[in-house]
Amino acid sequence: MKCIQVGLQSDEIDSQAGSSLWEDAWKRLQKNKLAWISGLFLVLLGIGCCFGPAFLQVVWGYDDHTQNLAYGPQPPSLEHPFGTDFYGRDLLARVLSGARVSLSVGLLAAFVAAFIGTIYGAVSGYFGGLVDSLMMRIVDILYALPYMFLVIILVTILGKSLVLLFLALGAVGWLLTARVVRGQVLSLKEQDFVLAARSLGTTNRGIIFEHLIPNTLSSVIVTFTLTVPSMILQEAFLSFLGLGVQPPQPSLGSLINDGANQMLVFWWTLVFPGGIMATMLFALNFLGDGIRDALDPRMKT
Amino acid sequence: MIRLLLRRLLELVPTVLVIVVASFALVRLAPGSPFSSEKEIPAEIRQKLEAKYGFDKPLPEQFIRYIGNLLKGDLGLSTKYPQRTVNEIIANGFPVSLTLAAVALLWSLLVGITAGIIGAIRQNTVWDYTAMTAALVGISVPSFVLGPLLVLVVSLRLHMLPPAGWGDWHHVILPGLTLGTIYAGSIARLMRGGMLDVVRSDFIRTARAKGVTEWVIVWRHMFPTAILPVVSYLGPAIASMLTGSVVVEKIFNVPGIGPYFVDAAFNRDYFLVMGIVLLYAFFLLLLNLVVDVLYGFLDPRVDVS
Repeated sequence: MKCIQVGLQSDEIDSQAGSSLWEDAWKRLQKNKLAWISGLFLVLLGIGCCFGPAFLQVVWGYDDHTQNLAYGPQPPSLEHPFGTDFYGRDLLARVLSGARVSLSVGLLAAFVAAFIGTIYGAVSGYFGGLVDSLMMRIVDILYALPYMFLVIILVTILGKSLVLLFLALGAVGWLLTARVVRGQVLSLKEQDFVLAARSLGTTNRGIIFEHLIPNTLSSVIVTFTLTVPSMILQEAFLSFLGLGVQPPQPSLGSLINDGANQMLVFWWTLVFPGGIMATMLFALNFLGDGIRDALDPRMKT
Repeated sequence: MIRLLLRRLLELVPTVLVIVVASFALVRLAPGSPFSSEKEIPAEIRQKLEAKYGFDKPLPEQFIRYIGNLLKGDLGLSTKYPQRTVNEIIANGFPVSLTLAAVALLWSLLVGITAGIIGAIRQNTVWDYTAMTAALVGISVPSFVLGPLLVLVVSLRLHMLPPAGWGDWHHVILPGLTLGTIYAGSIARLMRGGMLDVVRSDFIRTARAKGVTEWVIVWRHMFPTAILPVVSYLGPAIASMLTGSVVVEKIFNVPGIGPYFVDAAFNRDYFLVMGIVLLYAFFLLLLNLVVDVLYGFLDPRVDVS
């Protein structure tokens, strides 16, 4: 009981000291106009992805998979702002639906990666010594492996479902987070509040999860924001190769692949999915940079 | 120095062993077999096929045989391309992939370093903003978008370079640019950061006070220190260039190793998948070693041993 009380108190102190960090970061982020614009774009895109396809269906009666071969590929028009694809499907609906896959796979895979990486890094840094050398050696080995090849093997082994896709991406993408968190925990664990917690009889697990990990949160967030675009890129990479999301479900990667095959005649089938993909990654990178600068002013040079 | 290199090479042995065991387990414990994707094969023929590749033996025995062959430099037979050994396929494809990655690396270093230096010495000017926005655009445009767009504009509209194929230097430019641009963006950002870290150091102020010209300050005094973040990024960058060439090789129809790998993973072509993974892993380990040693040379503060 006493432990819990002390734990709460130290958490309160943490949150007081922490809140000023978050407040400072928030103020800095508010000043960053480009990060704001990027954030706004992403929110709009997110809303568009969630409700756009349903909206298009109700208002115009398009969906992302009904084929109309007689109609065929049409250039952009008022009726179809992004045109239609080879099978007469509305490209706007397909791009929105594909962007939804990208965003959700990106976020979930980055979340899986952050989850594994944080715990792995914290455990490695906290226990130190032989455990640490062994665990970091494993990270080094995984770093040396041809990453994308590993994902390709995992995807072909596990099968091509959306859930397995982000699990496979996340399972291989946690290395950076693990390294960053470990580095922070190495210095955090020497501080007095950890000694205090230990002397009060807090278990190792309690120290790691209640005292160390919360203090690494800002770096975890920074690596998370940088992981999201790279996960999105990798999902699209796999879908482009035909290893990711399977038809008729569209994905930006597979749409770009289709578009690249017929770009000479039907340019819009490449330009719109490619443009949305690039803009989305651009906005995510900009927002990620903004968040990093806001949370870690030393890194801003 | 030589002793150090030898020691680092020896340290690679357990790592390589772990990679061999892990990839063997991963590939072999996967459901499916090299012959399951084909149409129904009569049991008799199937048995003969399995005997030919040694798949009828228990797994541990197969593993020991594989290691034995590996030590002799024999990577086995491909099951998808029955007439060819894995060694042959790699010997044909790997130099192509390597050339592509080398061109991409050259391009990314050239553009990235230039943009980074311009951004740093003209910090917070239009030059800086332009260079850094361009870098971020470079990072954000994936190769599979940039590639087709380059083909569309440069090859099909302007008729300047061939859209696909492999042969002379004309063919290497577009895929090289496509593959290298993302890394050029990252390198530009790292280079700018590295330059800005040293720009206010005492030794730069001393050099200025001595009246050293700006050109010499940038290249002789700042550059060797500022390049360090770029050097440590080179290992992962080359690794992902080599694997990233899968997509670029597909777009430009380049006969590298990438398309083989995707096919092999699909068809459970055990020995081909293993061979390619091991080759790349070994190559990357060596490369990281080279980068570490290079880092030690460039930065006397780092103790390489």
